[in-house]
Amino acid sequence: MSMHQRRLDLKNGCVDLSHGAGGRAMAQLIAGLFHEAFGNEWLARGNDQSAFDVATGRMVMTTDGYVVSPLFFPGGNIGSLAVHGTVNDIAMAGARPLYLSASFIIEEGFRFSDLKRIADSMGEAAREAGVAIITGDTKVVERGKADGVFISTAGVGVLPDGLDLSADKARPGDRVLLSGSLGDHGVAIMSKRQNLTFDTEIVSDSAALPGLVAAMVAAGGQGLRLMRDPTRGGLAATMNEIAQQSNLGFRLQEDAIPVKPAVAAACELLGLDPLHVANEGKLVAVVAPEQADTVLAAMKAHPLGRDAAQIGEAVADDHRFVQMATSFGGGRIVDWLSGEQLPRIC
Amino acid sequence: MKYADEFRDKELATGLARAIRAKADPSRAYRFMEFCGGHTHAIARYGLEDMLPDNVRMIHGPGCPVCVLPAGRIDMAIALAERPDIILCVYGDLMRVPGSRGSSLLKAKARGADIRMVYSTLDAIALAEQNPSREVVFFAIGFETTTPPTAVMIRAAEKKSLTNFSVFCNHVLTPPAMRAILDSDTPIEIDGFVGPAHVSTVIGTEPYAPFARDDRKPVVIAGFEPLDMMQAILMLIEQVNDGRHEVENQYRRAVAGGGNQRAIKEVAALFELRDQFEWRGLGSIPASALKLRSAFAHLDAELRFAMAERVVADNPACECPAILRGLKKPVDCKLFGTACTPETPVGSCMVSSEGACAAHWTYGRFRDHQRRLAS
Repeated sequence: MSMHQRRLDLKNGCVDLSHGAGGRAMAQLIAGLFHEAFGNEWLARGNDQSAFDVATGRMVMTTDGYVVSPLFFPGGNIGSLAVHGTVNDIAMAGARPLYLSASFIIEEGFRFSDLKRIADSMGEAAREAGVAIITGDTKVVERGKADGVFISTAGVGVLPDGLDLSADKARPGDRVLLSGSLGDHGVAIMSKRQNLTFDTEIVSDSAALPGLVAAMVAAGGQGLRLMRDPTRGGLAATMNEIAQQSNLGFRLQEDAIPVKPAVAAACELLGLDPLHVANEGKLVAVVAPEQADTVLAAMKAHPLGRDAAQIGEAVADDHRFVQMATSFGGGRIVDWLSGEQLPRIC
Repeated sequence: MKYADEFRDKELATGLARAIRAKADPSRAYRFMEFCGGHTHAIARYGLEDMLPDNVRMIHGPGCPVCVLPAGRIDMAIALAERPDIILCVYGDLMRVPGSRGSSLLKAKARGADIRMVYSTLDAIALAEQNPSREVVFFAIGFETTTPPTAVMIRAAEKKSLTNFSVFCNHVLTPPAMRAILDSDTPIEIDGFVGPAHVSTVIGTEPYAPFARDDRKPVVIAGFEPLDMMQAILMLIEQVNDGRHEVENQYRRAVAGGGNQRAIKEVAALFELRDQFEWRGLGSIPASALKLRSAFAHLDAELRFAMAERVVADNPACECPAILRGLKKPVDCKLFGTACTPETPVGSCMVSSEGACAAHWTYGRFRDHQRRLAS
């Protein structure tokens, strides 16, 4: 006997505790909102898991959590960010991302319309990145126990044959390439924070990098030592991580590091260093000197690497210092960010 | 970026560096103290040290308000914030300042104290309006630059007849701290001061006259941009070479001789001097801090909540008192880079990136290794 069920009121309705209770309401939310947005053959089968063929080579796997505030920001929202962040973590191995999972922890009272916007942009971001969200989960918690929605993801991808990117591959003399301007995501988020609203044209750089990475792998092949996406802690944190793991020092040129004037101005105002501000659509690559020009040219030829630049090089240094020649003409260390610059940036 | 890039120009910097090298007499040393943390930060962030000759040395002074705030005042604020009726509003850079026994506002917040980071004094007023059943306290801190905004906030609270708002006042004064450094028991060797930038926009140039006249120390008030610093250093070298000791104003684009009279009058109307105030690293300094006048006692959190004064001794191994007077360098301190880092600051100089030790750790510590290699 089929029972009549009221349609989800996507315009005015909101999530209540029944949508996480395992009953009909939950099934309706999953089918009516998430399956709709993510639309793929795996979800359509409605199983608690999805089966897929395994590649013969090496696979990579990653997991990530998203708690960004505000949920919607110039240039994206928590949904697109979750997809971009996850596929980028896979891509930094040089791998091609294939499948994602997405798990939602939703606060009671969260509006369906907002949830749909988030799910729709996840679906769109996934399609653009060439991945499918093939399994997921929803939980609903009482009001006040979460902040709107939190998303956890996992992702798997395949590595091209023979590619093994890792910080311990870096050698003195290797070049450091950066795919574009720094700090856009962090400044876009900050501009919308409750007690910090300021007007800026800056939008988050949140973007899927696998396409750019594929072009770099094709161009640079064995010359690629490692790649990282400078998210929380910015370029400074990423370069220090690489220095620690590679046992090398790095010398950067401040003049060569692209920062948009509006980002520089916002950082000036807020007392931040753009090198510490988060990015969600940028990568740093350490490349053998012989291949650096080829890889840089491939980056510049890609829309997400248009402003790519060589920003420095690796040097032998027992102290593993990341040093920078300042635009002003002096020298300084580029250190880790100490303390918290901005909570819940991604 | 307009109004910033012009003052960070490499060509001009190279020219000034050349002029400094030409003027600096190689047969003598020049030791200048930049009082302000903003200057300390600029020196470190732009790598100015690399552009000065070896015989021109900058000594980093105590002009960083969060650095010199003693642990006892942090303890007082934490005790207050732990009361369930209180919302404590603070500027973000106060959150990690160490209180006693490893405490901080950040840790108190994690334990459940309602501590809000604000970017403007008026955010605190808005919080008081939005939370009529709670007591909102603003943790006021800073030198003469941040006192006028606190005054604006107090007037706004009065105008709105807020009954749930008060101020924990920790405003301090620059000239008494400079005086304390010059009058300290250990003789210090300073050939001149780079005078404060923002502080001087408020108080003007006159309050520094005694240092030039009585102590015979040249003072050059300078902006916070790196070219301002370079020019001020050149002006100081010229004063020393000429045997002059005057107050000169390099930061004329922002500092008027008489300062900001409206701000000065408003601050005088609302605040009065404390007899003594404790400075982290410098000890107790007479007439060096402000409190609310008795007419505004109802807005004074210390009176309103009968906050008990707490005094916490500085760590005896910490060399901040000597570093702040230019007697020692950060590397001379046993704690530097071991027990004391920006993540776990022990002394005032490591508390904020404007402190001498933190600036050296964050931006300049590679030079220690270069020096070790060279020797």
